[in-house]
Amino acid sequence: MSTSSINGWCLSSISTASSSVRRAALRPNSVVCAALNAISSSSSSFPPLIQDRPVIAQPSQIITPTLPLSEEMGKEYEEAIEELQRLLREKGELKATAAEKVGQITASLGTASSSGGIATSDEASERIKAGFIHFKKEKYDKNPALYGELAKGQAPKFMVFACSDSRVCPSHVLDFQPGEAFVVRNVANMVPPYDQAKYAGAGSAIEYAVNFLKVSEIVVIGHSACGGIKGLLSFNFDEPNTTDFIEEWVKIGIPAKSKVKSQYGDAPFAEQCFHCEKEAVNVSLGNLLTYPFVREGLVNNTLKLKGGYYDFVKGSFELWGLQFGLSSSFSV
Amino acid sequence: MAGEPIDDAIAALSNLLKEKAELGTVAAAKIKQLTAELEAAGSSPFNPDERIRTGFDHFKKEKFEKNPDLYGNLAGGQSPKFMVFACSDSRVCPSHVLDFQPGEAFVVRNIANMVPPYEKTKYAGTGAAIEYAVLHLKVENIVVIGHSRCGGIKGLMSIPDDGTTASDFIEQWVQICNPARSKVKGGAGDSSFPDQCTTCEKEAVNVSLGNLLTYPFVREAVVSKKLALKGAHYDFVNGSFDLWDLDFKVTPSVSLV
Repeated sequence: MSTSSINGWCLSSISTASSSVRRAALRPNSVVCAALNAISSSSSSFPPLIQDRPVIAQPSQIITPTLPLSEEMGKEYEEAIEELQRLLREKGELKATAAEKVGQITASLGTASSSGGIATSDEASERIKAGFIHFKKEKYDKNPALYGELAKGQAPKFMVFACSDSRVCPSHVLDFQPGEAFVVRNVANMVPPYDQAKYAGAGSAIEYAVNFLKVSEIVVIGHSACGGIKGLLSFNFDEPNTTDFIEEWVKIGIPAKSKVKSQYGDAPFAEQCFHCEKEAVNVSLGNLLTYPFVREGLVNNTLKLKGGYYDFVKGSFELWGLQFGLSSSFSV
Repeated sequence: MAGEPIDDAIAALSNLLKEKAELGTVAAAKIKQLTAELEAAGSSPFNPDERIRTGFDHFKKEKFEKNPDLYGNLAGGQSPKFMVFACSDSRVCPSHVLDFQPGEAFVVRNIANMVPPYEKTKYAGTGAAIEYAVLHLKVENIVVIGHSRCGGIKGLMSIPDDGTTASDFIEQWVQICNPARSKVKGGAGDSSFPDQCTTCEKEAVNVSLGNLLTYPFVREAVVSKKLALKGAHYDFVNGSFDLWDLDFKVTPSVSLV
């Protein structure tokens, strides 16, 4: 029937470029000087993005209270809160103190309540449109300082390998905000060994993250009920492949499979999968060491490797480090 | 442990300000002062493990425990409607940009959101993801999302015409979208390099959409109208998002006797 010819495709466009005009402080007498530092790739104790904010030289008291005013103030407040939250994400130990102090501020100002919501649609394009509009209104427009700084460049501290699985996005699971993590997602969160011919996809991401962005952490995150790992344990690799690509890809994890089969060969299949999901992370951490620029980062102590495991059945997360040390040599 | 009290405290303050908007400036000033104080007080260096811990705590308390139905269902399996190709760039996660919730999108992220053509050994990584998404999960849409100021596309446009490369992997990977580069260079005229890169960011998405058609299971699903292919471009400088469809038609053959 359909002898599919690839010639017949064309592109039609739906534009969602809604209200992309940024309001540039329209106050008379106010001088807005953008005192933003260039992103330094060196590791200050704090991502430079967070502290940068436009400095408004003339405060806004001159303005007579008209309509846009409360919105303007609301924005200023949102920004202040966002900054506080960023600080607390970095320094969780300050949360209790912060909570108390914010409580005091509230008490000193008064009390009340209210709420909000979002809408979605079934149709794919509508869903995408609604999603972006939500992002634009709730995040982008509310954090001009953050997004302004990110427009100039990124300086993430983390590189993350996570599975393509729809349930494990690190922006949800680890609450990563834009700018925080350079992310690779593939089937079963695997890092293949250094191989220019076969694995340029993963290789290019690691090379870019380590050599150009100079991330300080690479975290490989496995997860529960992983379809890729289940495949790895189920496929018979001695037989010809039964899939076009999946066996070829997940075979990167064969050393993990062998270990699990020898240690837990008698255990139920589900338990073997659980062990293999974690062992495959360790194989990936080992494979990271086959990249010369990764090894160099470890030796120079500018880079650390971590393994993670997210169990979405139990709602737990485990994190472990890869110990990499060189003992001093001796000569006789 | 910590996490709830601070969120509650902020919520309470925010609610107050909804009622008394005139206090916004005062509140903002006080919060800024508090942030500065806390920053000075806890001047411990960046602790990545702590960052991961607080991140997961937040997720657990604010999302996982608040939506037992959603997470209970997801524990049983996934059936996302979308497969998404997005760049590894830290600024373009689709969970933020398109507000995707857990379970909604099967996501591949790589350098410059590229889909290589069907090639069993060289591109098994991408191939495995497409095969799994289309044949096993039966996603209904594949969306390839490019973005502004893409380092990978800049790299592609910067490769010297004689083709010499300086990286172990990067240039080799981004050359998947060489057809986009050639098209942009060919029609560039005297447009500036940044403009050429912007055009190439979008053209590269189209090359990827074309490459998707080299996968037999993608073609088949598209022809039988079970799968739609879409291209998109997120501009984080202007805060805009473009979305377009790939229309794929098989015209009846004409036989001439």
